[in-house]
Amino acid sequence: MPHITSNPAQVLEKLLRDDPGRLLSVVIRAVGDFDLAEEVLQEAAASALKAWAEKGVPENPAGWLVATARNRAIDRFRKSVRERTKLEEAAHLSETFAAPQEIEDVPEIPDERLRLIFTCCHPALAADAQIALTLRTLGGLTTPEIAHAFLVPEPTMGQRLVRAKAKIKKAQIPYEIPSADKLGERIGGVITVLYLIFNEGYIAAAGKDLMRLSLTGEAIRLARLLVDQLPAEPEAKGLLALMLFHEARNKSRVGPDGALLLLDEQDRSLWDRSLIVEANKLLEQAIEAQNAGPFQLQAAIAGLHANAPTPQLTDWRRISDCYDHLHELTPTSVVALNRVAAHAMARGPEAGLMLLDAVEGLDHYHLYHSTRGDLLRRTARLEEAKAAYEAALDCVTNDIERAFLERRLANVVAHLGKSGNS
Amino acid sequence: MQYIFMICDDENQQLGPGDPGFEEVMAGYAAFGEMVEKLGIMRMGARLQPTATATCVRVRDGETLTTDGSFAETKEQFGGFYVLDCKDLAQAVELAAQIPTAKGGTVEVRPFFEMG
Repeated sequence: MPHITSNPAQVLEKLLRDDPGRLLSVVIRAVGDFDLAEEVLQEAAASALKAWAEKGVPENPAGWLVATARNRAIDRFRKSVRERTKLEEAAHLSETFAAPQEIEDVPEIPDERLRLIFTCCHPALAADAQIALTLRTLGGLTTPEIAHAFLVPEPTMGQRLVRAKAKIKKAQIPYEIPSADKLGERIGGVITVLYLIFNEGYIAAAGKDLMRLSLTGEAIRLARLLVDQLPAEPEAKGLLALMLFHEARNKSRVGPDGALLLLDEQDRSLWDRSLIVEANKLLEQAIEAQNAGPFQLQAAIAGLHANAPTPQLTDWRRISDCYDHLHELTPTSVVALNRVAAHAMARGPEAGLMLLDAVEGLDHYHLYHSTRGDLLRRTARLEEAKAAYEAALDCVTNDIERAFLERRLANVVAHLGKSGNS
Repeated sequence: MQYIFMICDDENQQLGPGDPGFEEVMAGYAAFGEMVEKLGIMRMGARLQPTATATCVRVRDGETLTTDGSFAETKEQFGGFYVLDCKDLAQAVELAAQIPTAKGGTVEVRPFFEMG
């Protein structure tokens, strides 16, 4: 029974907006080509408006769109076969489109978004191309929107997408979910891409740039998709939990003057409890798998912060344990420094300084010097702290972080003045 | 002795259909192919997709690392090859000089490592 009463434009809008990539993922599977799929789906959407206005919205509008897009692709193939009269093309045609039944008759069209996400995040594509392609196909963002969000010129982003799609086609990157033995390795790549998207939006949170802000929302939506589709993967749940813990604190991260606030300076009443509760649940489920990965550990750390009613009640012992574990898995400079800071909170600044002395090769990194400055300040070695903050200011590039370091330095200098006068 | 003839040029400057000189180059390759077939020394030959379609694979600590793009960023890129069975390097060089891309580009000739 057609939905005569439904507004065709609204139905169409809902289908294309609510689940970006849902229909595209199916059409790509059917026609075997990203560009062709995008084009024929667009054509199908255009003809839907006309057809549905005349005859009413069909019972299965999604199936109608997919079938129409597929038929458009068949028309194009036939045309090109007629033009080139190549036997192999004809063979390809019947192979690709020999469907046992019409898609329109299938009550539920299949969901191929997991194939799509693994293809977009294939390691044979450059990292920036993986991000762009994921946002373009699954995020439903336009090329100008993605260019804007990543602060690159539109033609550059367009070129990046064209090149990525050409590589998928020419090098024949398969449109598939990796086999079980490769899944563990590949899911890490997908998770990294989603987290990079999230981070890009998170870093921009102090700005007024809504397009950049919406990246966190996109990343969370895609992480939810990943959790839905791969419920047995604890790292996917860890990723989503981590994003939600961060997102919960979004309103409290920046002070009225636009300065970045530390965790212990934030107004905890602004934290979104419902997101924290959801993240707690996800993390509990993830931990049941007994296979702690970097994202679960980072989520656990963010969770210990998010669940502490006051800064003083933060469980720094457990946080430092998590950092020890995380540092074994991913010994990066950021993790090394955060581990130092956590140990300093759990066992005192001297313990932190001892650990920090063992960290090598981060002289050019502002967080190394600012961590050092914080610990020295807390052991009342103010002259040394001052020098450390100055060194940090020499390396810092981000304006908000610079302002923060300048405040710290001014604070130490003021204390130095006082102790000098007494 | 088998030699590989690695054909390199600047892929951004390559001629396409409609460009002046393109037909000549294509005719040159057709003639070269015919000649080596006739000589009975043609083992294999192919033109490659541009380096943008390349993927590098490395295994480190048991983990497979995959990266986009070509191994080396060079002015000229490896874009096609022949494997020809030549009498000696003199013949190989003589043949290499007749590959159309040798004009303007570079043909690297290398003997196979033959077991024996």
